[in-house]
Amino acid sequence: MNTPISWLKAYVPDLDVDVQEFVDKMTLSGSHVEGYEKKDKNLEKIVVGRIESMEKHPDADKLVVCQVDIGSGTIQIVTGAKNVKTGDMIPIVLDGGKVAAAHGDDTEYPEGIKIKKGKLRGVESNGMMCGIEELGSSRDFYPEAPEDGVYVFLPESGVKPGDDAVKALGLNDVVVEYEITSNRVDCFSMIGMAREAAATFKKPFYPPVITVKANDKDVNDFIKVTVEDTDLCTRYTARVVENIKIGPSPKWMQDRLKAMGIRSINNLVDITNYIMEEYGQPMHAYDLDTIAKHEIIVKRAKDGDTFTTLDGQERKLDSGVLMICDGEKEVGIAGIMGGENSMITDDVKTVLFEAACFDGTNIRLASKRIGLQTDASFKFTKGLDPNTASEAINRACQLVEEMGCGDVVGGIVDVYPKPVTEKVLPFEPERYNNLLGTNISREDMLSYFKRLDLVYNEGDDTLTIPTFRQDLGCMADLAEEVARFYGYDNIPVSLPKGEATVGKKPFNQRVEDVAREICERNGFSGGMTYSFESPKVFDKLLLPEDAKERQAVVISNPLGEDFSIMRTVSLNGMLTSLATNYNRRNKTARLYELGNIYIPKSLPLDELPDEKMRLTMGMYGDGDFFTLKGAVEEIFEKLGIAGQVEFEPGSDIPYLHPGRQAKMVKGKLEIGLIGQIHPEVGDNYNMKAEAYVAVLNMDVLTMLAGFDRKYEGIAKYPASTRDLSMVMDKSLFVGQIEHVIAKNAGKILESVELFDVYEGEQVGEGKKSVAFSLIFRAKDRNLESAEVDKAVEKVLDALKKLGIELRG
Amino acid sequence: MKEKLEAIKADALAKIDSAKDLDSLNEIKVAILGKKGELTAVLKGMKDVPAEERPMVGQMVNEARTVIEEKLEEEKTKIARLLRTEKMKRETIDVTLPGKKNIRGHRHPNQIALEDLERVFIGMGYEVVDGPEVEYDRYNFELLNIPANHPAKDEQDTFYITKDILLRTQTSPVQARVMEQGRLPIRMISPGRVFRADEVDATHSPSFHQLEGLVIDKGITFADLKGTLEQFAKEFFGEKTKVKFRPHHFPFTEPSAEVDITCFKCGGKGCRMCKGSGWIEILGCGMVHPNVLDMCGIDSKEYQGFAFGIGLERVTLLKYEIDDMRLLYENDVRFLNQF
Repeated sequence: MNTPISWLKAYVPDLDVDVQEFVDKMTLSGSHVEGYEKKDKNLEKIVVGRIESMEKHPDADKLVVCQVDIGSGTIQIVTGAKNVKTGDMIPIVLDGGKVAAAHGDDTEYPEGIKIKKGKLRGVESNGMMCGIEELGSSRDFYPEAPEDGVYVFLPESGVKPGDDAVKALGLNDVVVEYEITSNRVDCFSMIGMAREAAATFKKPFYPPVITVKANDKDVNDFIKVTVEDTDLCTRYTARVVENIKIGPSPKWMQDRLKAMGIRSINNLVDITNYIMEEYGQPMHAYDLDTIAKHEIIVKRAKDGDTFTTLDGQERKLDSGVLMICDGEKEVGIAGIMGGENSMITDDVKTVLFEAACFDGTNIRLASKRIGLQTDASFKFTKGLDPNTASEAINRACQLVEEMGCGDVVGGIVDVYPKPVTEKVLPFEPERYNNLLGTNISREDMLSYFKRLDLVYNEGDDTLTIPTFRQDLGCMADLAEEVARFYGYDNIPVSLPKGEATVGKKPFNQRVEDVAREICERNGFSGGMTYSFESPKVFDKLLLPEDAKERQAVVISNPLGEDFSIMRTVSLNGMLTSLATNYNRRNKTARLYELGNIYIPKSLPLDELPDEKMRLTMGMYGDGDFFTLKGAVEEIFEKLGIAGQVEFEPGSDIPYLHPGRQAKMVKGKLEIGLIGQIHPEVGDNYNMKAEAYVAVLNMDVLTMLAGFDRKYEGIAKYPASTRDLSMVMDKSLFVGQIEHVIAKNAGKILESVELFDVYEGEQVGEGKKSVAFSLIFRAKDRNLESAEVDKAVEKVLDALKKLGIELRG
Repeated sequence: MKEKLEAIKADALAKIDSAKDLDSLNEIKVAILGKKGELTAVLKGMKDVPAEERPMVGQMVNEARTVIEEKLEEEKTKIARLLRTEKMKRETIDVTLPGKKNIRGHRHPNQIALEDLERVFIGMGYEVVDGPEVEYDRYNFELLNIPANHPAKDEQDTFYITKDILLRTQTSPVQARVMEQGRLPIRMISPGRVFRADEVDATHSPSFHQLEGLVIDKGITFADLKGTLEQFAKEFFGEKTKVKFRPHHFPFTEPSAEVDITCFKCGGKGCRMCKGSGWIEILGCGMVHPNVLDMCGIDSKEYQGFAFGIGLERVTLLKYEIDDMRLLYENDVRFLNQF
């Protein structure tokens, strides 16, 4: 919403503050100012001058030398303008002044252009005659300006030499732009903003006093209105004006519209535009002679109907669109745009004015479907007060009479089956104070309310809320009005009292914090990727057609296919990020991300999906599978489950290298997976380096994690170590051997450490040699050598069963 | 005998004095105090000393021995210190060479900002609460006083899964869920991922993070809200930070406010970051709307509360002067390594 300050002053004449103060205080009382534009910010020292005489320039055919009366004296100006003659009144920028733009030049000059006196072909020139573009405006708003040349004041403007030319042209205004919140429908109008300004600066507010003389005829003899769909049209008012005299509107109206960036068309159109700005109520004017049977019917369109709006476009309609029809046909889309067939032309004799209230939601949805948004539809979508309609239409008729553009017919057609009445709310000063933490007197509160046109009823201690304040419905709403005008900055500052509470994080977040810490300690940096992705991800990850991961939650209105499903696998973001790094030639990258995957319980969704937190780690560059595995094991250790997680070799995870992948499990619990990215998946992500990833199921880890530790004492008795070196089939896993050892060595086995793995000629094709240190210790005594020997014997027996022999 | 001893002693001390290294000291020790040493020889000759003189001679020998031993020890320490000094001289390094770094990962700047925020609020007694990112319309909108067809639903450009299930547009549904559980008083924050249908550009992302707070108890006032957020701003942005509350509108709070803080770059003088105003908009807040309390089953006549919401990315971008939001989601290590 924009307001020229000059227009506000029409209703708040005592408003006399500088722009900065206006802007600051309006913002603090709730009308958030987004910015303002001083129309004359680059216009300095520009006066009205009268050309006293003109002579040809001695040395230039295209220039003339003029003597110009500028009130305080006469100065000489050299000009190339062709459209001027002696006696013309012209805006003159004096030496040291400024204009907003250059003639015949589209460049923007944020600081304006300084004008200095100088010589033109040897002849002194002490200023410059200005065209309308140089004054920062255009012919759109000053149609009397020549297409090419300087602006010449019209005789009726009544200016005299020395007058402030900027002011005379109405270019000295300030237009303020506000961010109006959706609840303040009333503030999308000059009247509404003026009321706010008056209340903010505690100045009297004078809204227009509406009187319509009208002739003796009866509007009901001219038009009949039927509203069939009263749910979508809560009020329809109509008035008729006959003997229309189309002409220009008065300067004051043109100036106000200009300041709003609205071009003056003619008196009739200007009035409807003016009312829309003044009251925030869109109006429509029909040529009554085009209205068949002089009848208006408001009803829903039929599916598949089409209609040509006054911009000449054919629009597709449906049964949700409300139409204005006459006795035979549609004449307008209610609240959005009128029809070509009932448009006002210069030959119009009789006009039908419409000011109605249409359902905001329906207008919003309909205008979206039709693909047509207009100033009118924008206003309606906010949900207008139906009581404004009659006020606005009468104001329009008043202006018609004042401007002499026609004879207003007596009476008003008003279809308003369920009038909106004023709400009455209790006046509860203590509750307002209790909510705000203030001690504001009831008198002060009542004075705020009075300025907002809320009426206090002493008898029952209540407040009558005007219908244009549909946002006021409860105690808290009224408390906010009090707070706004008392000043948010005047409200004291305190801290919540009452029961003390303990600040804490949930357990799962503590587990996540540990994961972050370990990841970072191992060189992995925190990343962040989107939760939604393309369904093509499944193909990129080589997931088979029937993979359960393909069952994903689908967004019905995504930004595009690439953001259309909720991820069921956490890897896409990681691989994309690794590829980004790789393709930007970062030599190494280690990343981790903590984020949810979304697993539907059933499709289509009828309850919320399971959201499962995943820690995804990924790396390329330096390090290998075991670098990543080491980091993952450190996490397990820190979460108190060291040694409890099995790394199960396998080859069935399609996106991982079939010989370099493992599932991490604890019993039946799946803790995650780890491996090298399948080279084909790498290709799909344009990732040429060997990349390793691990995915940890944080939901499961949270369940298993514990931070309790018990001190077990430091071993008092010496350990006894036995090294075993063995040769076995290459296909056997070290993990299996470790299991056999752990299972057979008995309680005295403290630990098993792998210290060598060798493959090569010395052990033969398809074989490998593996060596372990077995460390034995008892907590309570020195171990006898024989006891250790017995344990080793048992281990060897068990290994023999697997066909493993000690190396000679 | 006495002269002989004196001579041995004088000779020994002179030799010790002139010794240059530990080895020669050792040789001297052996030559004098060793089994075949001169002093030992004197002791061995005791049998030739008259019995009455023996104690005196014995004492003299021991005295000489002590003096020599002390001298030896003293000289030994001196030489050892000298040797060490020389060794250290040889060990001199160029301390201006670069230090050795461990490979270390870096926390995401958004996460750092989140943890900083959480720390402040946990310190003020707030509990961190999680909630679902895919959410029912009821919690995201309805219970928050945004009924069907409310324009705010359009404004927030919601991603829908079904008619009733959507991607949450704010973390307030977590608050609605906590209120509905009815355990009072409430003092909580709910940080997390939220979604809105904004195309990706330098200042927008369809997925971003919020941290919202909620306090509900008897007698909570707007003044408490002001005090809490002022304390937060000072903790988070610095002791000198000033806070400005501007009236605003949110469906779930009434009265509502937007909060500006003095620009932490220029301190309020006006700079590029604050677009010359000296103020930066940082969060939205207000007193929980009585309708919201009632719908969530809390008696609005008995309980009052306040709520506030902060856009995490906004704080991150401001705090680290990051000029493009897309950097947060690209995960380029050259970006991440800076935090």
